[in-house]
Amino acid sequence: MALFTLVIRRTVYGLILVFAVILLNFTLIHIAPGDPAEMLAGEMGGATQEIMASIRVAYGLDKSIPEQFLIYLGRMARGDMGTSFYYNQPVTELILQRIPETLSLSITALMMAIILGIILGTIASQNPQGWFSGMVTVGSIAGFAAPVFWVGIMLLILFAYLVPLFPGFGIRTVALTGGPVIQALDFLHHLVLPAVTLAIVFLAQYSRLMRASMLDVLGSDFVRMLRAKGLRERVVVYKHGMKNAILPVITIAGLQFSMVFGGAVIVETVFNWPGMGQLAYESILRRDHPLLLAILFFSAIIVIIVNIVTDLSYRLLDPRIKGGH
Amino acid sequence: MLKMIKFSLVLAVGLLFLVAMPFGSFADTPQKGGTLNLVHSQFVSLNSAIQSGVATMIPGAQLFAGLVRLDEKFQAVPYLARSWETSGDGLTWTFHLANNATFHDGKPITSEDVAFSLETVKKNHPFGVAMFGNVDRVETPDPHTAVFKLSKPTPSLLPSLSPVLMSIIPKHVYSSPEPIRTHPANIKTVGSGPFKFADYKPGEFLILDRYDKFFIPGRPYLDRLIFHIMKDPTSIAISLERQKTQYSAYTSISLRDIDRLEKLDYLKVTRKGYEAIGPLSWLAFNVRNKPLDDVRVRQAISYSIDRKFINQKLLIGRSVQATGPLHHGSHFYSGDVEKYDLNIDKANKLLDQAGYPRKDKGIRFSLMMDYEPTSPEIQKNIAEYIREALQSVGIDVKLRTSPDFPTWMRRISNWDFDLTIDTVFNYPDPVIGVHRTYICSNIKKGVMWSNTQGYCNPKVDEILEKASVEKDFTKRKALYVEFQKIVTQELPVAWTFEVPYHTIYHKDLGNPPLTVWGAMAPFDEVYWVKEPK
Repeated sequence: MALFTLVIRRTVYGLILVFAVILLNFTLIHIAPGDPAEMLAGEMGGATQEIMASIRVAYGLDKSIPEQFLIYLGRMARGDMGTSFYYNQPVTELILQRIPETLSLSITALMMAIILGIILGTIASQNPQGWFSGMVTVGSIAGFAAPVFWVGIMLLILFAYLVPLFPGFGIRTVALTGGPVIQALDFLHHLVLPAVTLAIVFLAQYSRLMRASMLDVLGSDFVRMLRAKGLRERVVVYKHGMKNAILPVITIAGLQFSMVFGGAVIVETVFNWPGMGQLAYESILRRDHPLLLAILFFSAIIVIIVNIVTDLSYRLLDPRIKGGH
Repeated sequence: MLKMIKFSLVLAVGLLFLVAMPFGSFADTPQKGGTLNLVHSQFVSLNSAIQSGVATMIPGAQLFAGLVRLDEKFQAVPYLARSWETSGDGLTWTFHLANNATFHDGKPITSEDVAFSLETVKKNHPFGVAMFGNVDRVETPDPHTAVFKLSKPTPSLLPSLSPVLMSIIPKHVYSSPEPIRTHPANIKTVGSGPFKFADYKPGEFLILDRYDKFFIPGRPYLDRLIFHIMKDPTSIAISLERQKTQYSAYTSISLRDIDRLEKLDYLKVTRKGYEAIGPLSWLAFNVRNKPLDDVRVRQAISYSIDRKFINQKLLIGRSVQATGPLHHGSHFYSGDVEKYDLNIDKANKLLDQAGYPRKDKGIRFSLMMDYEPTSPEIQKNIAEYIREALQSVGIDVKLRTSPDFPTWMRRISNWDFDLTIDTVFNYPDPVIGVHRTYICSNIKKGVMWSNTQGYCNPKVDEILEKASVEKDFTKRKALYVEFQKIVTQELPVAWTFEVPYHTIYHKDLGNPPLTVWGAMAPFDEVYWVKEPK
């Protein structure tokens, strides 16, 4: 079917999905025991009934849940996503502040994982019984099985403490003087350890996936035909084999990108990297309704967009998917 | 010859200086300058006038001044108020303010601001009524005199006027129609203290800079305070070891890491500085639920808990046993109470006497125990140990985990519990943080850290009421001694230990804040003997 129709159809489905997400999350967060007033009272080490009542009124929590939902929808329609109960800042500001950090972490990690994964997987597939392939297999099982926080803490201890090459917390050296180049380098310096930690989990998957996918493709008929034609092995493998074997890796990476964007909580916590994952997790613990709902809303939108993009990229990579035959 | 003598004399004096320098006996004048990097946790707001809690109070003490400050002995010492007198009946307190004090925007601090702050705190602070319920009004006869008119004598008044409990906030900023709880000045503060707000990135850091026109000339010494917002215990420990951060109070790292850090020669570890907060941990009983309504059952449970084991093994010797409602650092503390040293025989006897014999499998009855899901070292580990301890006297305990803090809070404040581990702060006067747990009038459903146990003894209420207005220290102490005797017999809670908060700081920090308020006191006297690079 035409590209245009596809995008339109996907967008409409997407919007319906987003509405369902908001409704579901709104209900869930209000069912959870404990409300923001209690959470604030907890932070304060106590509060009188009057103070808690005044907090509830200030946040509109004294109204019924359906009423609150309608008020929320009304505000959203006007573009007002609300103010965080905890930070007392507009939630859009808080989210926008964290987007560069989150994006840089997830994109860097995934790119590292994809590129390295493809390379390792391809090399492994060249000699599937060999020692390199064995290493890739074992390594990916280890990388996949090892808990992320453990990997993070190990890297932290190794490279931020025993051999202090990297900072180990935060996204920048506070109050660093220097122009944008120095700031950027400082940021990258802080990015290395968390990105590597996150990359390891995905690298494990992608290298194995690529290896299996290459073996599959290289054993298929058309490759046999190409070899019969007399093409050099290198051309067969790199030009024809990889292009086809990449598809599963891209699919998975696309799905996982949206996961990583909002879900790298553990890495963010270990390295004190203030990203969306931590923000979302903490907003649940703090019952920060407006912030949580806004994060879920944006995450839903991102998932939908990424899925559309993944679909489109198929069409670029795989000429078989074009018309709706 | 003379030249030689002169030369060797100069050499000798020079060597003397060189030797004496590291001991600081000569160079003890604090030098100005330098940045202190502190470990901190995320806060909701910086306005300590309406928000309490560690995360707000530490920066709050830097941003806001108070009428008085407390020294290492709980004595009130002049701060914004340079002197004060009180009338014979104790109902009128006259404070004379420094006449050169300004807010961070340059406007003068006057008695109007003191009156405004008092009203704000009384209305909005969680302990506002407990601290200032007896203050009818604050009169302002002139810009530098504030007169407190009390309806009853209030011996807890001076400690309540510490910077973190009665922060002096600017009337001209907070008089705007914006409701105070969501006021932007709660972050971009206009304060009265030695440091002013410079920058803040949520989740990352807070920067405070010296306020050059602070009313104590020459202070503060430090240029800048950077609060690094950190949660992960490993990276906190590493940052202290690598000297990237140089001060951490209420440190949320494991006690074993504290052991390790203490061994480093450039760090110092202390338990001082928590006396004004007075943090206690206890096992709370819901005395409404059978069989906890029987005091013998509660006492039996207390006798089954081996507090020595908890302190020496679970908390690796880093805490002190809590014996009653008061922290041992309090002037009203009395150790002349039943301490419930481990006595399994007595526990079993009491349970039998109470009419709960062992039945099949040796179980007498079953109870549910809750605990806060944060800080496992002082919550979950203790709960699991106590479960085992109670098993040995025939009480079957089921642990109920709460997925997060608000869930736990919801359960306890709504009396949906049998037993729970809890941590409660005394604060510098019992009126503020102690009474609330034991008085009948504070049994309020839905309010956390009220009298959630449901304990009610009108005699106790009477004693505490008298103590809250008793001006004479000896008489007041006698009342609190009686109070401690009664509640340690009637046991609405079984006190276990004083929470082992530690402060870790760099050895080259001069005048580290070690009054009873610890980190929650102004850092105006803190300086770098030698700033680490």
